[in-house]
Amino acid sequence: MNIKLKSLTKSIWVFHAACSPCNNCDIEILDLLTPRHDLERLGMVLVGSVRHADALLVTGVPNYKTRERLKMLYAQAPKPCLVLAIGSCACGRIMFKDSYNSPCPVDEVVPVDVYIPGCPPKPEAIIAGVAKLIAKIEKAA
Amino acid sequence: MNSVNLIEDKIKEKLGKKILEWKQSSPRRVYFSLKKEDILETAKVLFKELGLRFVIATGTDTPEGLEILYHFSLDKTGVIYSVRVLIEDKKSPKIDSIAPLFPGAEWIEREIWELLGINFVGHPNLTHLLLIDDWPQGKYPLRKDKC
Amino acid sequence: MSHKVIIPIGPYHPLQEEPEYFRLYVEGEKVVDIDIVIGYMHRGIEELSEHKHFDQVPFLVERICGICSTSHPLAYVNAMEDLAGIEVPERALYIRTIIAELERIHSHLLWLGLAGHFIGYNTVWMWAWKYREPVLDIFEMITGNRNHYAMMKVGGVRRDIIDDDIPELKKTLDELIPAVNMFKGAVMDDPVIQARLKGIGILNRQQAIDWCVVGPTARASGVNIDIRRDDPYAAYDKVSWNVIVEKEGDIFAKTKVRILELYECIGIIRQCLNKMPKGAFDADIKEIPPGEGIGRVEAPRGECFHYVKSDGTNRPIRHKIRAPSYVNVASNKVACVGGTISDAAITLAAVDPCYCCTERVAVLKKVDNKKILNGWDLIKLSQEKTAQLKEGLRDGKSG
Repeated sequence: MNIKLKSLTKSIWVFHAACSPCNNCDIEILDLLTPRHDLERLGMVLVGSVRHADALLVTGVPNYKTRERLKMLYAQAPKPCLVLAIGSCACGRIMFKDSYNSPCPVDEVVPVDVYIPGCPPKPEAIIAGVAKLIAKIEKAA
Repeated sequence: MNSVNLIEDKIKEKLGKKILEWKQSSPRRVYFSLKKEDILETAKVLFKELGLRFVIATGTDTPEGLEILYHFSLDKTGVIYSVRVLIEDKKSPKIDSIAPLFPGAEWIEREIWELLGINFVGHPNLTHLLLIDDWPQGKYPLRKDKC
Repeated sequence: MSHKVIIPIGPYHPLQEEPEYFRLYVEGEKVVDIDIVIGYMHRGIEELSEHKHFDQVPFLVERICGICSTSHPLAYVNAMEDLAGIEVPERALYIRTIIAELERIHSHLLWLGLAGHFIGYNTVWMWAWKYREPVLDIFEMITGNRNHYAMMKVGGVRRDIIDDDIPELKKTLDELIPAVNMFKGAVMDDPVIQARLKGIGILNRQQAIDWCVVGPTARASGVNIDIRRDDPYAAYDKVSWNVIVEKEGDIFAKTKVRILELYECIGIIRQCLNKMPKGAFDADIKEIPPGEGIGRVEAPRGECFHYVKSDGTNRPIRHKIRAPSYVNVASNKVACVGGTISDAAITLAAVDPCYCCTERVAVLKKVDNKKILNGWDLIKLSQEKTAQLKEGLRDGKSG
């Protein structure tokens, strides 16, 4: 387990799971890949299938439809799988907590390792969050 | 402003006595009400004959009953004609579907059906659009009497 | 004996950053039917809005969609001003126009980048998003946030654009022109892109009318509508610009409309900066009378429609939102059918879909199909077709 975790910190491959967000966090995640921030230099790559992923980037407040999807995505991911909750919605549902279509926050569906608040978090904040996550895993491993 | 009057005259002429109330709230916003039986006919006149663009329909739960506003836009003049119909029977509300006339109305009728519980008679595919398929029956999020 | 294969696209797959689900029914290479399943993004904003104070609603509607985060509040404040008959200070109108047009620039660049990615031109993606960054910097400078600007308010705007920021804004716009010129040249004169995008995903004029599509999708099909001109709001009746209309209705026309619109946006902002008067920027509205109002805005994707009904209390009793993608996405049903699988990716993306707006997200139902292609395969197919075309053109030239 420890070796598995430790190897994770070298280059994290991420899968992006949007759970009814407003799109902005998702755009900022894609923004990270483009020339100004260029996250690939740190070994992070956005992958197309959750089966190749080391981490799940979750954005938004899950609704009844996406809650089931998110559970399935997490079940399909190879373990250990890290979960990053990106944006205020994913961290604590903010203004959507009274919605008829919002059953629960993200951390009740999947175990979250890092919370990155902000609406949307700036790309720099997301990078800082990932750096903290790596430090946390290294400590644990 | 001439063309505005022209189209208004045409609407009034074609629909005649069907119009119950005509109200112009501001220069580019016109509301008129109809009986719910006349909606299909009216949609045909407005969309097919006069070439108005269908924007959306708004369903509202009011104390008098369930109200649907069909918003049509005339892009040449920028005027929105909102057709108001009232369905008094809240227990089993029914209205003719305008989706067979043009496909642009399909989604919104499905949405009103699931959020307000209005049954659109003649709709080709009245199934859940936004909510999950096993959403509890009889629970309509936009009804005011939900607990 | 037909071999109908069902290709599920979504809900989570790399083609689009948002979850939505398309079920493509294909025979060989040809798409014969498509099912669109949405609902993955539905958060019940219309209902939530009924529990918010009039002044809080702009913050809520802003979060319908991150890319149109000016269009929704602007349409809402337009509706409220129509309802209450509010006169807005002129400076506020100009500021609204500037913010709305800056948003259009960043949204069109974003789409251009994604479209490039889908047809295998990752360079276009990287470049488009690179030039999008300065626009976001401008936003950060004048509103305080890269997205979700929180500028709109019933009766005016929340913040002024201070004079010190204007030279920087003008400079960024000047620097953007060569970039747009480069895109125009690189995209519109490129034989591969032309061969790849011309004549596919066609939505003809009559279909555009029947499906009630709006915005660049309609304008690329020869339907001459633009809310900015037809039902002017903000300061659009005080500036001059052209409405770009193309007849073909294919993906190339949609791309062309968006690229050419970038020039118009820059033009509008420049005019606004020059004409903007000094003075108040907020009418300070305290009470909202009972009544109903409709506000419309030409969002980057098309007409955004808000209807608000008030009963004299401090909350709306009904707030209906119709985002442009709601009608545009539905039209994919006709645009995709008849095309090939490799074209489906770009066709679905061509309307610049925004599902957050549409639902204000796919369930992969188990279907007993013989062959399942996943999202990557689909992008690969799309990119391979471009590569083949490239090869073909090269061989043609040398031969």
